[in-house]
Amino acid sequence: MALAISMEAIDARARELGIDIDSVDVDSITLPPGEDFDILSDDEDLLHNEDLPELEMGFANIIVVDNLPVVPPEKYEKLENVVRKIYSQIGVIKEGGLWMPTDPETKKTLGYCFIEYNTPQEAELAREKTNGYKLDKSHIFAVNMFDDFDKYMKVPDEWAPAEIKPYTPGENLLKWLTDEKARDQFVIRAGTFTEVYWNDARRAMPELVYQKQYWTDSYIQWSPLGTHLATVHRQGAQVWGGDDKFVRLMRFAHPQVKLIDFSPGEKYLVTYSSHEPSNPRDTHRVVLNIFDVRTGKVMRDFKGSADEFTTGGSIGVSGVSWPIFRWGGGRDDKYFARLGKNVISVYETETFSLLDKKSLKVENVVDFSWSPTDPIISLFVPELGGGNQPARVSLVQIPGKEEVRQKNLFSVSDCKMYWQNNGEYLAVQVDRYTKTKKSIYTGFELFRIKERDIPIEVFELDNKNDKIIAFAWEPRGHRFAVIHGDGPKPDISFYTMRTVNNVSRVSKLTTLKGKQANALFWSPAGRFIVLAGLKGFNGQLEFYNVDDLETMATGEHFMATDIMWDPTGRFLATAVTSVHEMENGFQIWSFNGKQIYKVSKDHFYQFHWRPRPPSLLTPEKEEDISRNLKKYSKKYEQEDQDVFNQVGEQERKRRTQLQEEWEGWVAKWKQQHEEEREYRMALRGGEDSEKEEEGEIKEIEAEELLNVTEEVVSFDQD
Amino acid sequence: MRPILMKGHERPLTFLKYNRDGDLLFSCAKDHAPNVWYADNGERLGTYKGHNGAVWSCDVSRHSTRLLTGSADQTAKLWDVKTGKELFTFRFDAPARSVDFAIGDRLAVITTDSFMGNQPTAQVKRIAEDIEDQTEDSALVISGITGRINRAVWGPGNRTIITAGEDATIRIWDSETGKLLNESDKEVGHQKAISSLSKSLDWSHFLTGSLDKSAKLWDARTLTLIKTYVTERPVNAVDISPTLDHVVIGGGQDAMNVTMTDRRAGKFEAKFFHKILQEEIGGVKGHFGPINALAFNPDGRSFSSGGEDGYVRLHHFDPDYFNIKM
Repeated sequence: MALAISMEAIDARARELGIDIDSVDVDSITLPPGEDFDILSDDEDLLHNEDLPELEMGFANIIVVDNLPVVPPEKYEKLENVVRKIYSQIGVIKEGGLWMPTDPETKKTLGYCFIEYNTPQEAELAREKTNGYKLDKSHIFAVNMFDDFDKYMKVPDEWAPAEIKPYTPGENLLKWLTDEKARDQFVIRAGTFTEVYWNDARRAMPELVYQKQYWTDSYIQWSPLGTHLATVHRQGAQVWGGDDKFVRLMRFAHPQVKLIDFSPGEKYLVTYSSHEPSNPRDTHRVVLNIFDVRTGKVMRDFKGSADEFTTGGSIGVSGVSWPIFRWGGGRDDKYFARLGKNVISVYETETFSLLDKKSLKVENVVDFSWSPTDPIISLFVPELGGGNQPARVSLVQIPGKEEVRQKNLFSVSDCKMYWQNNGEYLAVQVDRYTKTKKSIYTGFELFRIKERDIPIEVFELDNKNDKIIAFAWEPRGHRFAVIHGDGPKPDISFYTMRTVNNVSRVSKLTTLKGKQANALFWSPAGRFIVLAGLKGFNGQLEFYNVDDLETMATGEHFMATDIMWDPTGRFLATAVTSVHEMENGFQIWSFNGKQIYKVSKDHFYQFHWRPRPPSLLTPEKEEDISRNLKKYSKKYEQEDQDVFNQVGEQERKRRTQLQEEWEGWVAKWKQQHEEEREYRMALRGGEDSEKEEEGEIKEIEAEELLNVTEEVVSFDQD
Repeated sequence: MRPILMKGHERPLTFLKYNRDGDLLFSCAKDHAPNVWYADNGERLGTYKGHNGAVWSCDVSRHSTRLLTGSADQTAKLWDVKTGKELFTFRFDAPARSVDFAIGDRLAVITTDSFMGNQPTAQVKRIAEDIEDQTEDSALVISGITGRINRAVWGPGNRTIITAGEDATIRIWDSETGKLLNESDKEVGHQKAISSLSKSLDWSHFLTGSLDKSAKLWDARTLTLIKTYVTERPVNAVDISPTLDHVVIGGGQDAMNVTMTDRRAGKFEAKFFHKILQEEIGGVKGHFGPINALAFNPDGRSFSSGGEDGYVRLHHFDPDYFNIKM
């Protein structure tokens, strides 16, 4: 929040001086070298703030409690004790931090007091908890932050019409999509640098777009459609974007923010922080803000203890299952939901309040997920009462909250839900106990969401005792892949949801036996998949074509930790991040498994392809293009050839130049060497063996050739 | 061709040196006895026994009569190459590391490590023609460098002495007065300790290898940086091909980390780079540990590498090697 205040201060100061702050191009101002007028640059700001202690100067940790009873001096102590008792429950009041002023004439109190806490967080909490506290009927506390008083006092008494600012065209946020060579961008973070590159596969190298040191304090993230790049700092999050270089589009103040998450349509940004309590027995306090990305306004904030926000789900980063809020309803960003105790709280973004003013009550729900396209929630409730109440998976339609499909399951130990990214299918992986309860076997419940009545099919692997290592739907397709089996060489099977005569039955396509793989990476365009052996398998890669059911290529990126397809499905990036000490860097592969180039970077933290928004072409048009691909590809093949020739030409030039430069050196050395010859001879005591030395090499080579010819000749003569 | 494995040392190799004719190869290791081998078939001719500590480097006189060795036992010794007889001992107050004969073999530069409060030095000794006249006196002592001097060699025409070492800086000194003449540029120079230095045949340029994972080629007179070769590993050893425009660079992780990772991760390869284009040509694998020493045969037809694993590997190049087109 400190940032926002300082901006206001700047505005105010500018108004005083009669400067129109909006007309000043801040970037055009350069300070004289070596002089910073005590203004820290953004980067320095970030650097130095790290080690500053908690600020003692502000009044952010002081609250003002109003509507206290007015008491004479005799009762002063009693009242003070009452107030102290109330407020020390919330946090530790600073020593001498409670001050109740008295009227100098009547010696009575004035009906208000100041309380100073150790931290602004405690003060904030105290304000929240006790504002409106009823001491008795006539004394209802009005609690305000001390800092707020200043703010309220400044509100002018008379209303003035808001100034309508002239329209200034903003940055073109979609410029990168208009790249003539239709390349994709990616961002990497290595050492202290964050760099954005074009993936120039034709020239087999990355081309730098933008580079900045200390760009982010912890990590970076693209927004889901690739418009923004978000950086995370101590003071909050920032988003960047624009034409050619990345300019700051918005700041989102949230002190000590830890995690951020965009809504799928990138309208909103959720930020998360957790704060140490001043009393070590308390749980951490959690603050969540939801910002509008364009305006930077806080749409809603959530505060509470860590316990409230950590129910259910898999435990993710730093003890919370992130994202806490899961967005539903596709790219419209209409709903978001959070798992609570026995409830799923669904909010809608029109008012940012609970849908129908109440949460969806589901006893013992442990996990839920949204359909990626439709406002449908799938949720899982485990077995209860020792098996008397079966476990169940339900599909709930939002906003109606009606259950559209439900399936009861028995002897369930665990359950995972996988949505296909078009929201057509849902696979529920169910781990069940065998009758003896000693072992576990796995089956799948396959939901066909788009068909009438949502038929469910039970599906089991050939050997249902196989352990499931990975499961993945083909994006925008009807197939899925499963890695199953025990031991170091599991099998990989492919299934399709369609069959020849269009009967809705799942059928197996093929099984690949004994593969060194533990992760599946479908191309975002479907059809191709990379079977990867990460971690223990040291980065084995197999590029597989599921249409033709054949392996296109195998490769290895030794120790690879991360694998990412570019958003078009043309290239694959494999990276070794700093979890390993050695081998850090990344490699780019073509979709069919040809290694295009590799880059080594020490302290390599992150690699992210810049996502693309969905294609504007209609499915029919796409179909048309893929049918007439020959016609379209001609133009690009020509371009490829041109680039290839051009690169060849440049390379030749570069080499000739290097060669010439080198010859320059050699000529100089020869001359110097020659000049010093006499001197060297003197050093050697008159021995002249320089000639021998120089001619030595050639002599030997010639000698060998001669030998060969001589022998042949003599042989002939015989 | 299959390399010839030469197992004559009990401990990691430290240095390799061919004589000028290219028929003998001298090897030094952390065990106390340097070896001499036939450079063609890898047969061992003999050992030089007398040192009482790791032998860090050696140099052989132009006519292969005398061998000079520097050892951690705080001595440098002169040997008769043919008989293996110890001729003379230079005693120091610190381990001797790098030794190098000057043109004419009348002078040698020997470096000593910092030890028990002594600063590292590079000392010039006169080498007498008749061993009876040999003294231990230093003609010149260069000091004032912080950090170990890993290599000190003579510059063109014996006029200068070039030192390089742990402080990542290359320095050129006047060999008469001991005055500092030039220092490598901090910006473009190495960022970490320089582990090795190798001169070209005509002494006009030299190659340095550093733990900053690069090797750099310098002009020996002006100390101008000419080329940089970037690898993925700390560089322990370098050499320049005497016949082709190639350089060879070897290294690997620190010995202490070797056992902690997969053998493939160590990349204990000798890597060949094109000297002018700075592009990698190829690599020769084989060692089970980092490469500590590399040397081209003066005829350019073979090279040998010495590793932390205690082996010397002698490689004769295949005919293909001489036909590489870049």
